[in-house]
Amino acid sequence: MIEPMDFLLWTRGTAFDVAVTIFIIGVIIRLFEIVSLGRVKSLAEPKGTEFLPGMKTVLTRTLPNGGTFKRQPLTIIAGYVFHIGLLVSLLLFIPHIELFSQTFGFGWPGLPNPIVDAAAVLGIVGLLAALWNRLTNPVMKMLSDKEDYLVWILTFLPMLTGYLAYHRMIDPYPLAMGLHILSIELLLVLFPFTKLMHTFTLFLARWYNGAMSGRRGVES
Amino acid sequence: MVDSNNKTLGETLRRNGVSRRGFLKFCTATASMMALPPSMAPAIAAALDKARRPSVIWLSFQECTGCTESLTRSHSPTLENLIFNHISLDYHHTLQAASGHAAEAAKEEAMHANEGKYLVVVDGSIPLGNPGYSTTAGISNLQTLEETVAGAAAVIAVGTCAAFGGLPKADPNPTGAVSVSDIVKDKPVINVSGCPPIPVVITGVLAHYLTFGTLPDLDQYGRPKAFYGTSIHDRCYRRPFYDKGLFANTFDDEGAKRGWCLYKLGCKGPMAYNACATVKWNEGTSWPVESGHGCLGCSEPDFWDAGGFYNALSIPLGEVSRTASVAAAAGLVLGAAAAGLNYKTKSEAKKRHGRVTVEDLEKTS
Amino acid sequence: MSALDKIPIQIEASATTGPYHRNTLPLLHEIAHALRRFQAEGNSTTLDLGAIPFGPGDEQRLLDFLGTGEVSAKLDAMGDTNIWESAYAGVWIIEHKNASGERVAFQIEITKLPAILETQPEDIEESLIKLQEALENPKTGVFV
Repeated sequence: MIEPMDFLLWTRGTAFDVAVTIFIIGVIIRLFEIVSLGRVKSLAEPKGTEFLPGMKTVLTRTLPNGGTFKRQPLTIIAGYVFHIGLLVSLLLFIPHIELFSQTFGFGWPGLPNPIVDAAAVLGIVGLLAALWNRLTNPVMKMLSDKEDYLVWILTFLPMLTGYLAYHRMIDPYPLAMGLHILSIELLLVLFPFTKLMHTFTLFLARWYNGAMSGRRGVES
Repeated sequence: MVDSNNKTLGETLRRNGVSRRGFLKFCTATASMMALPPSMAPAIAAALDKARRPSVIWLSFQECTGCTESLTRSHSPTLENLIFNHISLDYHHTLQAASGHAAEAAKEEAMHANEGKYLVVVDGSIPLGNPGYSTTAGISNLQTLEETVAGAAAVIAVGTCAAFGGLPKADPNPTGAVSVSDIVKDKPVINVSGCPPIPVVITGVLAHYLTFGTLPDLDQYGRPKAFYGTSIHDRCYRRPFYDKGLFANTFDDEGAKRGWCLYKLGCKGPMAYNACATVKWNEGTSWPVESGHGCLGCSEPDFWDAGGFYNALSIPLGEVSRTASVAAAAGLVLGAAAAGLNYKTKSEAKKRHGRVTVEDLEKTS
Repeated sequence: MSALDKIPIQIEASATTGPYHRNTLPLLHEIAHALRRFQAEGNSTTLDLGAIPFGPGDEQRLLDFLGTGEVSAKLDAMGDTNIWESAYAGVWIIEHKNASGERVAFQIEITKLPAILETQPEDIEESLIKLQEALENPKTGVFV
């Protein structure tokens, strides 16, 4: 009878501590792994520098490659729509900023709720489009494995439950909130073991590609 | 105090010189108080005309007496007094004149005389850790509750302590406090939660019982839907500010002075279900949010352990920053250890000028 | 208590005026709809203002808007009740108070005449009996 509130308090308490711990340890170990593995030293004579081209590429690869876009426009567009929706609703929603502020000791300004709400809808639509694309596009279907679909579910559930909780479409509210937080905890716990790590490794990958090209004196 | 007076409420009022108009006014006010549509006033009039005087036994357990205070401080004496004058309050620690054995004897008599028909009102939680933690006349609360409820028509658990365990049940619950519904399983229990409940809600439930002889529609926590059916968030007059993203950051800052949303200051409105936003307190004077303080969620179970009154609802209960930094430190140590373990393999490979094969690159993750 | 009195309190009069507290407007629309319905079908409507989440000042704005009309009445039964027709004919405001002057109900009735103003049949019954008794009693001053 007291379950919804008990459930919410559990997700906000013990479960959250456990999930965050696993997440942070996992992410740090994965990143450490990559950095400490290092690269085999290239004995060829460098034709350019590494550092600045690397940093430049981290920024320039935010925009899509023209050729890729022409060949797979839906893949690119669905991806962008989803990521923008996700980042806005995750990072610019004031209740979320309160959480980050409590964790990191600093916050930042947010956007009015109706805008965040619209972004969340974009995020959900983008995810659905991406899934449809993955299932129907022959190239995507061939490339996809179980992990891709798992990761899609892990990302979709928080956005869906967040939307439902915000609009109070599940009664009572503690149940809605509890489901949202639980879905996040699921995401956090499995995050370091999946390709969701791209959230952090993308910076390493972009830098590395730019650095290698720069070393060879090529534009990247 | 035992009175087998069997007058109906209609007769009582007429005897006190109340005209039919006065009676209709009373019914209108009662309908309003019970959060029923005004069109129900005639039905209420018809029912109250015939309502007989129920015996009410009030049991106080591990409580702070705030619920009784809330009820007796309600300043509509004509309305609440009429209801209370009409019920026969046969036992109440704070309000009754008798004391000691005489009081206990009065209670026994009332229970016998009205077997199967009396109402039991409970405030305060019941300690199960050791029944001796809370006793009256040497008898534990648990035993008193079980004996008194045996012949009752229904039980009304007033206040969050009786409804859900309340303050005594808060971590670490030293007395093993439980709620009324944890013990009473075979009688209808209405939970009128709140710390304290809004007075009109208590009398509204009594009025409903007087009028219709039945218990009102209850939500999944056993609370009357008429008062607990909507959340504070959905009825809050500051909701437009929440929607616009205008929040007060600290007490007394510009936003607070302009009446902006108190989410960041810990308002638990979204998870709290009560009537404070519409019915308000002290006869509609104000309520916590209107006075500038966030809702505590005091009508919800375990609200004392729900994460700090001044922490926003989105903030977890534990100390996140500490958990995060400990985890980060652990991660670094483990990562360094893993790197150290691989060092030998790495340096040997480097010496060998080992080549990376396609198989190495194909390794996933 | 005296130390508390020394705390300066600033009442910001204009802090809550303006369009933010919009509960007045939807309520006025509801009244308009009810009035239209009454004119077309003859069905009265009673709105219980106790259930509306008024922000500070909303209620005053509502009453200011509705204003007063030609008729006002006072009912003295278990405390005062003020009944008056607003500046909009057919829109009556009923404020019930108890014997201590505190408000116990606050309603808007869209009708020809609020039901509580009409004399009740039960009261007529009682007054007939009373009148009969008074006429039969030779001690009544009128007949001396």
